[in-house]
Amino acid sequence: MRRIAPAFWLILFLSIPLWLRDPYFLHVLIVTGIFIIAAMSLNLLLGYTGQLSLGHVAFFGIGAYASSLTTIGFDIDVLGLVRIVHKPWPALAGLIVATALAGMCGYLIGTLSFKIRGAYFIIVTLSFAEVTRLVALNWVELTQGPMAINNIPPFTVGLPGLGYIALWNKAYYYYLVLLVAIAAYVLIARLVGSRIGRAMVALKENEPLALSVGIDVTRYLVLGAVVSAALAGAAGSLYAHYIKVIDPDIFQFMYTVTMIIMVITGGKGTLSGPIVGGLIFGFLPVAVRSFASPEAQWIIYGLLMIMIIFVLPQGIVPALSQWMESRSSASRTSAWAAAAGPAVSRTGSEREHGERQ
Amino acid sequence: MSTANGSKPVLTLEHVSVSFGGLRAIADVSFSIHDGEIVGLIGPNGAGKTTAFNLITGFLRPSEGRILYREVDLNRRKPHEIAALGLVRTFQRTSVFANRTVFANALTGLHRQGRSRLWDTILALPRESAAEKELAAQAWEILRMVGLDARAADSAGSLPYGEQRLMGVALALAAKPTMLLLDEPVSGMNPSETARFMQLIKAIQAQGITILLVEHDMRMVMGVSDRVVVLNHGQVIAEGPPASIQQNAEVVRAYLGRRGTRAGDS
Repeated sequence: MRRIAPAFWLILFLSIPLWLRDPYFLHVLIVTGIFIIAAMSLNLLLGYTGQLSLGHVAFFGIGAYASSLTTIGFDIDVLGLVRIVHKPWPALAGLIVATALAGMCGYLIGTLSFKIRGAYFIIVTLSFAEVTRLVALNWVELTQGPMAINNIPPFTVGLPGLGYIALWNKAYYYYLVLLVAIAAYVLIARLVGSRIGRAMVALKENEPLALSVGIDVTRYLVLGAVVSAALAGAAGSLYAHYIKVIDPDIFQFMYTVTMIIMVITGGKGTLSGPIVGGLIFGFLPVAVRSFASPEAQWIIYGLLMIMIIFVLPQGIVPALSQWMESRSSASRTSAWAAAAGPAVSRTGSEREHGERQ
Repeated sequence: MSTANGSKPVLTLEHVSVSFGGLRAIADVSFSIHDGEIVGLIGPNGAGKTTAFNLITGFLRPSEGRILYREVDLNRRKPHEIAALGLVRTFQRTSVFANRTVFANALTGLHRQGRSRLWDTILALPRESAAEKELAAQAWEILRMVGLDARAADSAGSLPYGEQRLMGVALALAAKPTMLLLDEPVSGMNPSETARFMQLIKAIQAQGITILLVEHDMRMVMGVSDRVVVLNHGQVIAEGPPASIQQNAEVVRAYLGRRGTRAGDS
């Protein structure tokens, strides 16, 4: 069961474009997938090191802008001293630049906040997101400010003999998002399943104890911040090249909140939590939009999240795995009783038999 | 078993003081611990025992004086760096990674023994699984030593109190100390658990680990220590083998007040 489950999910997700004919659903799935990658990255910090990044959208937005500008190119004067001209690069280079730049910002935030935890970490990340939003809004020469960056080119895939293929097609784009999501999942799974992950959880659970056994917790907090930010940056890049238009609204606080809702309801500190939470809150707008106005939608999300947290405080995935464990252990005991039952009665009858003799 | 006399000191406190606001929690304290011995640090409540532990392990910084461990000045070193020097502590209140299994706790304690690098982990290289296997073997060894191997799959927070204390010691041992600081290890243990714990301390000493012990259970301290240091009001008031400490008039006065001379008779 445990062995075949990943293969089952993989085949299911791989086959979706083959049987899902509605392009709108595929579109929702792509955007949801991008946000799931961002939520997985947030989960690495929140679920494993225990630090809440309330400005996670900053890394997402930095990735989106970095990727767009790398792909489109720019021509700016820095303080009237240096003129920087950048010629357009392919979108794949944009993805790499976005990942690297966001990762560097994660390093900066992680190092700046090396001594602070909890509420202070939240404030630093929140302020960082606001600063990046203001930069995107006001550095018009580079970012077009509120006029937005338009016509962001799609990803192209170079095939030997066939030249370059642009991923305009939604199904191709879906596979690209799936590929990045699987890579992110595997990366996070390997990190948290290792000595590095144990050090991160040690920081979350009991920092003085972690220090006392010689774990340099700051180092692992910074490492977590770098990987988390880099993955969020990659998600931002995927978003920019898919939506093709980005403006400073990408730094909206609501996006961070969406990621947090996905992680918390799905189950923070579990690998599949952000995926489950992400699918629920990715498709909820589709289900709700037919009968509720956008303002009412947010209220419905909030209510649903409160309900889920109220009933399953740890999130959906931990609750499910606990339920399955208790069921399997219950069936094991009943199986044991069934196996032991005849044996017990047999010894009983043997004894009776012996006594009669 | 090596004794205090003859061997050189490994841990030395030289005129160490620390104040919190106006309160001098530790005032001009000097003592040293020799290689391989078990030293009991005792004193009435508020005498500064746990503060001394926090100073030695870098959780607090002395305002005056200095602390040397094997000729290394510990001043301005962070707790994890001091642990890396081989000076590892346990905590007074139960301190385990409560939501993780006993086995995962032991593995976490073994952190510094890990050899795998970031790229080994990300690329799942064979070196990574070899390193993990090696750590798992060490974890089993430590759990067997403290007698928690049967509990490996239970979550550490679900253990009874006495076993959580053992878990704390196992975590400290996993960090491969050369000197172990135990802060009230047997508080809350019943007599048979305490007796078993005293054997464990002797077994740890037999591995060449020096031990500094804060404890209120006098029978335990006097039974296990090679030497005892007595603190009162942040100062060392007596130092010596258990038998002489039990006879020391000032120690008896510190514990029982001025009229407590009767206890000294026994």
